[in-house]
Amino acid sequence: MSYIKPKFAHPRLPQNELGFTKKYYEGALSTLCAGCGHDSISASIVDACFELNIEPHKVAKISGIGCSSKTPAYYLSNSHGFNSVHGRMPSVATGANLGNRSLKYLGVSGDGDTASIGMGQFVHAIRRNLNMTYIVMNNGCYGLTKGQDSATADHGSISKSGKENNFEGIDLCALSIQLGATFVAQSFSGDKKQLVPLIKAALSHEGFSFINVISPCVTFNNNVGSTKSYDYVREHSETVSKLDFVPSHEEIKVDYDHSKMKLVEMHDGSTIKLQKVSPEWDPEDKLSIMTALHNAHQSQEILTGLLYLDNESIELNTLLNTTETPLNQLHEKDLCPGNSVLEGICEGLR
Amino acid sequence: MSKVNDFVVRFANVNGTGSASANFLFAKAIFRMGIPISAKNIFPSNIQGLPTWYEVRVSEKGYLGRKEGVDLMVAVNPQSFKQDVASVKKGGYFLYDSTKPLHDEFIREDINYLAIPLMGICNKEYTDARQKQLFKNIVYVGALARLLDINPRVIEGLFGDQFKGKERLIEPNMKALMLGFDYVKEHFQYPLDIRVEQRDLVKDSILMDGNSACGLGAVYGGATVATWYPITPSTSLVNAFEKYCYKLRVDKETGKNNFSIVQAEDELAAVGMALGANWNGARSFTATSGPGISLMSEFLGLAYYSEIPLVLANVQRGGPSTGMPTRTQQSDIILCAYASHGDTKHVLLFPNDPKECFNMMADAFDLTEELQTPVILMTDLDLGMNDHMSPPLTWDNERKYNRGKVLNAEQLSALPDWGRYKDVDGDGIPYRTLPGTHPTKGSYFTRGSSHDEYARYSEDSPTYVRVVDRIAKKFETAKHLIHPPQFYQKQNMSEIGIIFFGTSTHASLEARDIMKENGVTIDAMRLRAFPFNDDVKDFIESHEQVFVIEQNKQGQMRSLLVNELEIDPKKLPKIVNYDGMPITADFICERLNQDLLITA
Repeated sequence: MSYIKPKFAHPRLPQNELGFTKKYYEGALSTLCAGCGHDSISASIVDACFELNIEPHKVAKISGIGCSSKTPAYYLSNSHGFNSVHGRMPSVATGANLGNRSLKYLGVSGDGDTASIGMGQFVHAIRRNLNMTYIVMNNGCYGLTKGQDSATADHGSISKSGKENNFEGIDLCALSIQLGATFVAQSFSGDKKQLVPLIKAALSHEGFSFINVISPCVTFNNNVGSTKSYDYVREHSETVSKLDFVPSHEEIKVDYDHSKMKLVEMHDGSTIKLQKVSPEWDPEDKLSIMTALHNAHQSQEILTGLLYLDNESIELNTLLNTTETPLNQLHEKDLCPGNSVLEGICEGLR
Repeated sequence: MSKVNDFVVRFANVNGTGSASANFLFAKAIFRMGIPISAKNIFPSNIQGLPTWYEVRVSEKGYLGRKEGVDLMVAVNPQSFKQDVASVKKGGYFLYDSTKPLHDEFIREDINYLAIPLMGICNKEYTDARQKQLFKNIVYVGALARLLDINPRVIEGLFGDQFKGKERLIEPNMKALMLGFDYVKEHFQYPLDIRVEQRDLVKDSILMDGNSACGLGAVYGGATVATWYPITPSTSLVNAFEKYCYKLRVDKETGKNNFSIVQAEDELAAVGMALGANWNGARSFTATSGPGISLMSEFLGLAYYSEIPLVLANVQRGGPSTGMPTRTQQSDIILCAYASHGDTKHVLLFPNDPKECFNMMADAFDLTEELQTPVILMTDLDLGMNDHMSPPLTWDNERKYNRGKVLNAEQLSALPDWGRYKDVDGDGIPYRTLPGTHPTKGSYFTRGSSHDEYARYSEDSPTYVRVVDRIAKKFETAKHLIHPPQFYQKQNMSEIGIIFFGTSTHASLEARDIMKENGVTIDAMRLRAFPFNDDVKDFIESHEQVFVIEQNKQGQMRSLLVNELEIDPKKLPKIVNYDGMPITADFICERLNQDLLITA
């Protein structure tokens, strides 16, 4: 959203438990297209961190390359950010996490960055259960290079140039669940009411939290026939059913009201359906969610909400038996065995 | 002609038959008798069944380079008999397993045959197939001990070390050893005219492979995160780091690891992880070989431009492409000096023995944090995977890690204005901050896109130029921080010079001695780091002709010298060995004699 931000801050803006206003969680002005869904996701991240009472400087924001990967500049200006290289965010996040396990890692990526060039790193971060929140801002196309189909574009979807996509789209949620992701959610960029608690839940989860956020590209993938166009959703996002979030270290309860289905009328008159997961769904049962996803795919619906959760998850540093002290805070006395040990080693080499 | 402590023994084995430890036993026994040795493992890219060789040079004079020509061939692999027979020097020996008769085609009139029925002896002694196989190797070591005058008590001592805690294995091994030892007594005249004599020449030297030394150097240098992808010949470097970490870095109270090692999905991820950890202020490295460098180039460019420390060990092998994975070369020089697109440049270190591997690996962590740019340790298969005689490793207990310019919370609070990429001190090196340091100061957005002094995105041309020029300035600063070249004369003695580095060193210095014996004095300089400092330029400028000796086809170091120091290429003839085998002094002498302009 490109607009001029007012400098004036109201003296009685609400503060969170740390005494920070929401403004403290914001970032630089967005340079994305006016109306871009990604900006809404940024706003949801701001809300989630504000509501979670997170200290911004204890968050590391990491991204790859693309429109989505620019967004870390637009929120949490007191957090360090790392705009890495295309498709490589997971490896940078992994290394950063190994180097300092005490920070919260918020990774942001796009569908090209994740499902194409970054697929290798994405799947391996999942199987290692890296302790991070991984948000894909999924618009089904390459925005920065002007609208080519991405690997998540649905089969049969029509691009702005009028071409129909003949390839199967990759379902990142189904893939994540199959690979062992321990928190998998799907949402819509305009559905802040659903997205904010999802992000809060993800940030509170210990292990790999994946949120696939459908975030249509207003410039290149908002046309007739596109299955990821979006305008209408922004206007009606309030009506999307809610997800309750209980702050960290308490049980996460999910209200999965599966009776509701949301019909989203697009500006061109086409409709997408947003449905809560089916009655058979159990958030801790992989098979039930895989079935639900499959059924949704058949009926061209998008399931949103928290899809899968493994609360027994063991994150990477614990799996590796790494010391609780962040590795970047160890010093010579912890790290260097000294000369007499070295003499002993040399003695064994004579 | 009797050759005491000056000969080459080559073992021809089948890969995967347990010969490696027997052959090492032989080499180490001679080393324990106080005589310098150099051992080369010439192995296939295969796990089991293909020919493999192990070559031991014994040198009273302490020449550790490889030497062409075999004085004694221990031929245990019929697959390679043809070439094994051919490689024996005139008057040399061919020891073979005579359980089956030797075919006529392998008979040469000018060499001596030592027929020992290795399998026959083992068949008589052992029933278990695995035992027959393993002890056959020990039997030939026993035979060699008698033939070459190696003290069997020394070998017994080595068994004692090898089987510490499993002492019951010493006796059967000694028995196998004596089977060979006694067979020679009954069947041959011994010792041969090539033989060893006890000396006191190795002093406190150690026998170690470069990869182990690098792995240990990383432990001492404070590395906490190692991320890697398996590739020959660098795999054993990370294995060594892991081994030493489990020995030295597990917290005794908590049982938790003061390190973290992740085997990545590929080299891209390996280097990305190392970069992420370094970004966070944890000392981190990765190790790879040529193909891995190609893949890592993308991240090397990011590290260069966003100024993140990174230590990378490149154990070079034969290229291009998959090339010769189990042969040695120094052929990634230019690739590593400028890896990645755009105007990039990287600091390179060139160790030449295990001690330097250890030191430079540890130093690399200081250097990379001081300079905030990647540092690449350039070893190769020869140095990395072969055991080398080396001065012992030492560590100064007073040494503190140099973490470079990292601002803590107090410093940040006190600073009125901080910019990640500002050149405050005029040395081109800006001040870093680490995530999580300060609630309101010091955060920035690290990026590989063009940026200004405050790390903000910028496409402004003057800003871009200012930043890249400032980064280039760091490499001027680097010249004073990195390892200077080593000179092998107090002052210039000649109009002719040689330049070499890494594993070309031993052969080059030996060649220099040979030339001197023939009346040609040559000055020598060993490069230890890139970018080159003024000493390098002075050496070249103060000689008429300077040969650059290296192990790649194109003369890559020579090109780098020409390019970086603007030297007339005519002044720098190249001596290049690129067949995958370690370079020899004879090869260098031949080329020197051929191209010398001045012969006095």
